[in-house]
Amino acid sequence: MSHRGPRVLRLDALARVEGEGALRLTVNDGTVAEARLKIYEPPRFFEAFLVGRGHYEPPDITSRICGICPVAYQMTACQAIERACGVTIDDQLAELRRLLYYGEWIESQSLHIHLLHAPDFFGCPSAVELAREQREAVERGLRIKQAGNAVMEQLGGRAIHPVNVRIGGFHRVPARAELAPLAERLRRIQEDAVETVRWVAGFDFPEASCDYDLLALQDPGRYAIDSGTPAAMAAPDSPGSDRAGPVRRFAVDEFEQHVVERQVPHSTALQSELDGRRYLTGSLARYAIGGRWLHPLAAEAARAAGLGDPAAGAVVRNPFRSIVVRAVEVAHAVAEALRIIDDYEPPPRPYVELPPRPAAGCAATEAPRGLLYHRYAMDADGALTQARIVPPTAQNQAAIEEDLRRVVQTRLDRPGAAATDEELTALCERAIRNHDPCISCSAHFLDLTVERA
Amino acid sequence: MHADTRPTLAVWKFASCDGCQLTLLDCEDELLGLADQVRISHFLEMSGAEDGREPATLNGIGPYDLSLVEGSVTTEEDVRRIHHIRRISRRLVTIGACATAGGVQALRNFADVEQFRATVYASPQYIATLATSTPISAHVPVDFELRGCPIDRRQLLEVITAFLAGRKPNIPDHSVCFECKRRGNTCVTVAHGTPCLGPVTHAGCGALCPTYGRGCYGCFGPVANPNLVAMVRQLRQDGMTGRDIVRIFRTFNAASPEYAPVAELATQEPPEDPHPPETPQ
Repeated sequence: MSHRGPRVLRLDALARVEGEGALRLTVNDGTVAEARLKIYEPPRFFEAFLVGRGHYEPPDITSRICGICPVAYQMTACQAIERACGVTIDDQLAELRRLLYYGEWIESQSLHIHLLHAPDFFGCPSAVELAREQREAVERGLRIKQAGNAVMEQLGGRAIHPVNVRIGGFHRVPARAELAPLAERLRRIQEDAVETVRWVAGFDFPEASCDYDLLALQDPGRYAIDSGTPAAMAAPDSPGSDRAGPVRRFAVDEFEQHVVERQVPHSTALQSELDGRRYLTGSLARYAIGGRWLHPLAAEAARAAGLGDPAAGAVVRNPFRSIVVRAVEVAHAVAEALRIIDDYEPPPRPYVELPPRPAAGCAATEAPRGLLYHRYAMDADGALTQARIVPPTAQNQAAIEEDLRRVVQTRLDRPGAAATDEELTALCERAIRNHDPCISCSAHFLDLTVERA
Repeated sequence: MHADTRPTLAVWKFASCDGCQLTLLDCEDELLGLADQVRISHFLEMSGAEDGREPATLNGIGPYDLSLVEGSVTTEEDVRRIHHIRRISRRLVTIGACATAGGVQALRNFADVEQFRATVYASPQYIATLATSTPISAHVPVDFELRGCPIDRRQLLEVITAFLAGRKPNIPDHSVCFECKRRGNTCVTVAHGTPCLGPVTHAGCGALCPTYGRGCYGCFGPVANPNLVAMVRQLRQDGMTGRDIVRIFRTFNAASPEYAPVAELATQEPPEDPHPPETPQ
């Protein structure tokens, strides 16, 4: 079958992603002319209505940007406000925060691996159909996910929009004995987590590569989750290479000088650039930037899964393999959560007082799907005068669109039977899910209707 | 092959954070069992197909025995879509504060949305949005409203079970104070003078915040006929300023009509205490 003139594919409702997005692909004469991830979810104006609110409010308010990663929002908001107030939270309070954040990583990454992403590798429309042929694997995934939720419920009160987080720490900190059942539960799923790495490593991955920069926090000695400095790894010289590229670092305070977003009329999305280049945040970037600091159990699982040796700086540049890296991160999070519980001594106070002062502060942490940045400015009485939030999916959008273009072009260039619309659409959906986009997050400042210039 | 007689369920999203529909995926113990009992016909976050047909579309096929609706109405297209969903749903239940009260994004209702647009977007002319964020019930009849930001998982399962069995959901509508009593919590206000919205807030969370030593911040929205005069007086007594009081009510259920008097009550001079403590002569 030959196509004359431009061939336009549309998918009006992306499934198995968080939030609402659409896809539009234009192919002209066998060449991809345009590949677009449309974000049409309506804006919710968080940055606007945060102005005038109290400096104690961003953790609760911004958690409502995303029901899938509320802890990422709470942790980033807390740190940004604490910076503005000139206070650093450390020791056991910082460890407890990390434990809560690992709970979210375990939950959110397992949700993506088993319920959103794995069905693609079996040609199933959802995990319900997947469970018919892979019941054991899906149930194992749900067990891991549930353990992540249990961490958030214990420490945060509930898994979605936890109530126990406040600037300066927590409303209430647990006694050692309260964490013991949690440790038992995490120990029970530790083998499940490693088994999941084995399971996903056996999937059939399309050949693919990417040549954008990779951006993640780097905190030598630790696989960064809520600490560290933004570090960007440049693409390798030769296309398709999995070698590590040179890494450059910059202070969080300089984030907005390096990451620039533009709203462009022909697109419904803000385009984000890192020093003028396309880039990706999330699991692949974290693995490249911080892989050598993975927990030994997770590093071993990564080696066995064919991801190379993270201790030697292995880099994974096939986006379809992100599901394996995500599974490795779950194994890491489980092991680290157990370490924190084992070492835990209740801090003397549940929180540190944070009197307001006229100042600004910013922070970045690693949400499950990538780097999340917040900055706030406040008056002497704590009323916020400015709020700025840069979510991971907004940063990844250009990279996702580049992936779309590449996978479709690769398919079109392959000799043999021509690709049907259905095949191309399915391929595009997979290319998008590789990056676990969270459109609800992005949509508080991305939009929706296409305007013709 | 015999016909599939299972009741059909659809899950819809409007302006929201996805947290309430995620609650369904958080039913790890029940999810696969539920999918046996109920045909989950339309649920974009979970499936790319509608009743086996791919791709699932934004509008669905229908009809559905039960539609769960998350999110508030913030665009013209939303208005059209919610009417469509109502037409193809036998029962329609809203899940969460956005769908039930307009959500945190209803803070725009108190501000100039043009200014909001300009604050967030460099080229505000490309952004299509309504000046208000409104609950589903402002547009179509709703069979039941499940409260919470986010909803409670057990309550969600109860609502699904009840509607599919054709009975009324057993969802108590008393205040959070009852839940504290049931849990055996010490009252954070009485014991520690912690400001707490428990007396005027709808139950459902299980009194989570007081259990963690924090005052309730009202994420389940107002109880029926809240005594706001007494509540505002109490919050002042516990050290909140008028500004803090307006802020705490203007969060996730900001546009609840029950809260309308708060702004005025909170900005008034504190009234004379009707029962001043006796001073020794």
